Order: sequence, then structure tokens, then C-alpha cells
Amino acid sequence: MALQFNENLCLTCPTVDCLEKCQYLAFGPGEAAQEMRKLIQGEDCRLLTECRTCYACEEYCRRGNHPFYLISERREEKGIYTAPRPITRQWYNMTAMQGKPLIGAVGERALSLCFIPLLGELGRGKLFEEVEAASVFGPEFMCPAVHSHFAKMSVIKERLPQVIANFVKLGVKEVICLHDECYGTFTSIAPAYGIEVPFTPVYYMDYLLTRLDELKDAIRPLGIKVAYQRPCSNRLIPQKHRLVREILDRIGAVLMERTYQDEQALCCGEIIRTIAGWRLADDIQGRNLEDMVQSGAEYCVFNCPACQTTLSAKVRAKGLKPVHLIDLCKMALGEKTKED
Amino acid sequence: MEHIYRSLVAIVGERGVSNRPEELWYYSRDPGVLEPHRPDFVVTPKTTEQVRDIVLLARKEKIPLVPMGNGMALTGLVIPLKGGIVLDMKRMNRILEVNEMGRYAVVEGGTSQGMLKAYLKDHHPRLRHSLPDAPPTTTIAANVSLHGQGRLTQQYGFNSDMVTGLEVVLPTGEVCLIGSPSLGPYWFSKGPTLPDLSGLFLGWLGTTGIITKVGLKLYPNKKFRDVELFVTDRVELVPSILYKLTHLEMLEDINVWFQPRPLLFKDNYHITLYFTGDTVEEVEFKRHMVWDALQEFMESKDGGFMALDYLKDTLLEMPQRGVAAFADVPRGGGFEYSGPITLIEHYPAYAAKVVELAHKYDVLYASSARLISGGHSMMFSISFAFNRADPAMMGRVKAALDEATAFALDMGGIPWKPNHFEQRLTLERLNPNTRELMRRIKMCLDPDGIMNPGNWEVNEYETSA
Repeated sequence: MALQFNENLCLTCPTVDCLEKCQYLAFGPGEAAQEMRKLIQGEDCRLLTECRTCYACEEYCRRGNHPFYLISERREEKGIYTAPRPITRQWYNMTAMQGKPLIGAVGERALSLCFIPLLGELGRGKLFEEVEAASVFGPEFMCPAVHSHFAKMSVIKERLPQVIANFVKLGVKEVICLHDECYGTFTSIAPAYGIEVPFTPVYYMDYLLTRLDELKDAIRPLGIKVAYQRPCSNRLIPQKHRLVREILDRIGAVLMERTYQDEQALCCGEIIRTIAGWRLADDIQGRNLEDMVQSGAEYCVFNCPACQTTLSAKVRAKGLKPVHLIDLCKMALGEKTKED
Repeated sequence: MEHIYRSLVAIVGERGVSNRPEELWYYSRDPGVLEPHRPDFVVTPKTTEQVRDIVLLARKEKIPLVPMGNGMALTGLVIPLKGGIVLDMKRMNRILEVNEMGRYAVVEGGTSQGMLKAYLKDHHPRLRHSLPDAPPTTTIAANVSLHGQGRLTQQYGFNSDMVTGLEVVLPTGEVCLIGSPSLGPYWFSKGPTLPDLSGLFLGWLGTTGIITKVGLKLYPNKKFRDVELFVTDRVELVPSILYKLTHLEMLEDINVWFQPRPLLFKDNYHITLYFTGDTVEEVEFKRHMVWDALQEFMESKDGGFMALDYLKDTLLEMPQRGVAAFADVPRGGGFEYSGPITLIEHYPAYAAKVVELAHKYDVLYASSARLISGGHSMMFSISFAFNRADPAMMGRVKAALDEATAFALDMGGIPWKPNHFEQRLTLERLNPNTRELMRRIKMCLDPDGIMNPGNWEVNEYETSA
């Protein structure tokens, strides 16, 4: 199972946006193209040791290639791992399938909670009343994309077909992915490796929009100002990024303009803390949070529960209220209060 | 025996004494793996005078006396090996004094850790004591008498080092004050500049007297408390990691642990680091110092810090409840450990022994070490869980623990709160003159041998003189 990477697309790329736009590495004139050439040819290069695994180059590439997956492949080939070995091992162990998944009354549709307990609570209530009984949870249904942070693409190649097979065994035709990264895994990583996904992955924001339209009479516009914390995984599915604004529009929340959003978004910083140390992580988080404050936002809206866990206390310390996008929708429907 | 019962009733009242079988059943055992043994009576005194009268009665009747806090040592130290009277101290639970400026408290001998913690929180929020990771019902006097450790042990030493004075009822009935309270009203020093007589009682496991009051050092209770978790898969690096951390002189507590389950923890050694501060800046400064101290291990990819936002609440619990969860992994809720005091440089050898014993005896293991006094030593726990309804499993755990103690002694370690078997192993290896000194002290203080017999039986050894 090999990465389907079109080398010519990169070797002939006039802009090398994937690297030129990188927020963590600065390149001199012509250096980015040289780096990409070295990477493709399997030579040692800065990318192998300095990439911070923010995934953003997957979005910056306009030619449909997969620069981040290639960086991770090359790292693994050369044994150049990003994180300390015991941390990499820990992620491998803790996400291993143990044959104890939680499977609800799954029919043609399943609601995937990945292996994130927080998603269980999010996936309840009016918005999910038709599908919450069909939820599935456990490493057997977990997208293994996180291992790309640790340059362990082999784990993804080993586990992703098993995860897909586990869904297939349930007989599902659609899987609603509550975790952004699950959808990114099925629609970006799987095709990049030629792995067939014999069901339709449904992005939870698409599902939310449908449900909000169905429940539009119950929506009470929130009238609040929010900043959005875009997760790394969303770089794998940039075509879905616009849905955040659409949802916020539906529920009467105003997305404040700020420096670090859209393509310029900064990640939550926690993986970076693990692989690059506290200085860079504190710098990222400090700039990001200050930017939220300066934007005039009252809430920090999360897409990924991991980002939310990482940043909630820090967001609160800055005077903003942390909330997941789904809970924000529930607030608009009166299922949750602003104090919740 | 009826006359003893009546005499005890005369001392503590009808409700303060029992010889009913259901209560004797309870007081005949502890939660560990040792065989139970029935006492003849249980008494629950409320005053030092009552304790004294009970001691005088026991001396007159030549009946054993076993002082008991909450009975949670797990190593059978309160099992009345030779019957007699179990002296349950829990009704002597008053907090007598807190000297805010002098940073000490004086409590009665049955006062629990949880009571003092709650009292300080309500009345002296700037102060705290060294809380052990034991149930909050465990008592302060028992903890110091067996050289217990707690949350501040890394900074300030054994909890027994934090004693500032004692009131003890001697086995001959005298009530004796130890340290500064023997000279005046203040409880600020257990010894210096006097001869430190607290050593006649601390570590003797209730065989030389009954502690009825304890003076205890208190420490600043900072506004913020935080934690980091460093992991490595190379056990041989653990001592040097600990050396670098203790060099910082700024950590509240350092625990090193490993366990095979859940999978999150498999194959790694975990070092939990606690630090405190009165401002966010102070806490962050310490966090950065910790990270920088271990930078070389991160660069070599041999170790790193876990992302633990979702684990923080659990790790910051005081006391921690993880032990209870571990005890129930094989169902049946039992666990016991051998916790020798040893050098941090011996960590890799001890760690290997834990796994070897677990395989040899087919038992579930976990290990947690706590640094003592800036790394001068550590308590290394070799812990095994068992099902209380499975005598065979309990037997395997006991055999594994016995072998662990023998190993610790071979390594030059000191068994902590040893059971009677481990005490015997220890005494056999003790320097003969040291053992003789212990025998003379024991004979001097407890000439009738009534105090917790079966423990520290130094009289069984011939004199070396």
C-alpha cells in the first residue's frame, strides 16, 4: 500500500505554496523548491527534522498532491521520528484495538464517536435524535490519522483498512463523522493510499446544517461574537472549512475577523508542545489567544474536542468562553444555556 | 477474662469496649494478605488518661496491647498476633492547636489525615500538611509511627521527620512528653537541641508505646498546583532523570510509576512531577525549568512529556484514588505492596524485579516510587493486586512480596512498614550490635513485652555482648 503521489506535479510547481506558506519554516529564494525536490528524491532535508506536523501544507497545495503525507513517509523510511519514542509508543498502545467497541443500534447509518469520550455527550439531543442510538465508539472505529503526527504512516496503513472493515461489518451505508479528523481520514488519507471506503462518510457540519434547516423554527439567534479554533485535521478537508461560517450564520453568531484564521489559522499547539517543546507551543498559543481577545470575541468555538481540552482553561483565563460548535448549536435551540 | 472486660468497661464505659464476635472478627484482620488473628477485646479510649489506665491494666494482667489507627498499613501491623486488647484510637480525634506563625499543628493520636486536611482548609488555608496517598481515614499518628510518606516528602523528608513533638504513654504507664513540649507549652521541635527521643517510638510500629498526641509541621499552601508527566521507555535513564529533577529544588513531589494496564501506560516509565506557586507566572516558570532540565532526553527521543489535560484532575487529586482502582483490576478489591526505602540509582534493578516476580507468581503488578528528601532515597513500591475471594492468588501475592523483601535486603534497602515475617528477615541481617541496642531499648521501655507482641521481636535474638 503506497502513497499515490504525483512527483511531477511538485517538480513542476511554479509556486511551491505548500512550503512557501508554511507558518513554521522560512525558506530562502528557491529553497522551498529544492527542499521538495530533495524530499521527493529521498534525500536528507530540513523538512524531515523541522516540520511541526500542522498538516497545513495539505491545504496549501493547489495541485491535489499530498506533501504532508510524503514528509511523514520519508521520515518513517529514514527513522526520523518527530516525537520522543515513548510518546509515539504510547499513542500506538492507547489506540490499539482491544475487541471491546461500543456499538449502538446501527442500521444503514452510524454516528461515529471515534475514540473520543467527549463526543458521546455532543452527539445527543434534538440535533442527533435520529442517529444517536446508532453511535459507535472505540479504537475499532477510530481514525488513525493522529499517527501521522509521529511519522508512523505504517500504523495508518495497518489500521485504517481494519477500521473501514469494522464499519463494513455493521452493514452501514453512511457514517456521520463527529470527529473532523475521521472525515479527513476517509476522504483524504484513504484515497491518497488507494484504500477504498465502501460507505459514504458524512461530515458532521453538513449533517448539522441539514438538521438546523429542519429545526429552523426552534432557533433563537444567539447574537454573540465568536472566534473559531480551526483544528489541524481540517487542513485535510479545506473544502469543508466554509461550513463553519454557514452554521454560525444559521444560529446568529458572528465570526470575528482575526489574523489567525482560515489559511492562517494556528493549531492548538499541544502536539507541537510534545514534539518541539514548550517555547514554540507557548508562542503559538499566546499569539493565537491574544488574537482572539483582540478580535472582540466572547466565545472561542471549537471543532475538535482535543483542541478544546487543550485550550479551554487558557481560553477562560483570557476571559473567553470555550464551547464546541455543536454545543453552540444546542444553545441556539435552547437545549443549553450560555452559562452551560 | 470477664474481670478484664469489667475493668475495661470501668475505664472507657460500656460503649467503649467490645468482645462481641462480629467486632472481634473485624479487628482480627487488615486489608492485606496476612492471616487474621482474633483479639480478646477492643477498646476505644477518648483520653490520654484512659489510655494510661488501659496500659496499666494490660501490664497488670500481662495481656498484649495493640494500638491501632485506621488499620490500613496492609502489612498486618495491627493484627493482634498474640491476642489481647486492640486499642482503637479513632475516638481521640481532636485537633488541639494550630500555630499559624510557627507552622505546626498538635493533634490527638487518632486524628485522621482527612480531618486535619479539612480543618486546615477551613481555618488555615495558607497551611497544609504532608498528606499520604492513603484513604483520608488513616491516622496521622500511625503514619508517622511507621515512617510514612506524603505529598511533601520529596521536599521535606519522611512524614516522621515532620514531627515536632509527641505525647506517649509508655508501656509502664507513664505519660511522657517528647521534644519542646517537655519544657514548655510550644510544640515546635521533637528533639533539637535535646536528645531526640522521638526515635524511641517512630519506626517501632507500636512496640514501645502509644502515641496520644502528635505535633506536626505544616507548610505553605500555595494558591496554584500543577503537574507534568514525563515518560521514558529506557528504565536505565530514570535515575539520571530524577537527579536532574531534584537538582532543581523546586518540585513538591516526584513519583515514578509503571504498570502494564491500561494500554496507555504499557511499556513506559512515568515520572509525575508536581509543582506549586502563588502566581501563574511562578507555576509557569517552574514548568519551564522542568522542561528545560529534561531537554536532552527529548532531543535524544528517549523521553518526553505527555499531553495530559484530560488526566490532570485525576493526577491532582489528594489523596489519589488510583490505588483503589488498581486493587479491583482482578476483581475482589485486594492489593498489597512491599515498599522498601532504597537509592534512586537502584531503580532499574527494582523495576526489573517487579516484572520478574509478577511473571513468576502469575500476579498483576504495578509499581510507584516516591522520592524522599530531594532524592536522598526513594520508597519503591512493589504492588500486587489480588482477589480476596481467591486464597490461591493471595498466597501467590504473599510469596511474591516475601521474595521482594528478601531482594530489597540483598540490595541494601530497608523494608518499609514490614510485616512480622519481613521484620524477622530484617533483624536476621541487622548488624548484631544494632540489634542488641534495639533489644535493650525494647527491654527498657516494655519490660513485660505487652506492646504489639509478634512485631520487632528483638528479644528472640541472643545478645552479641
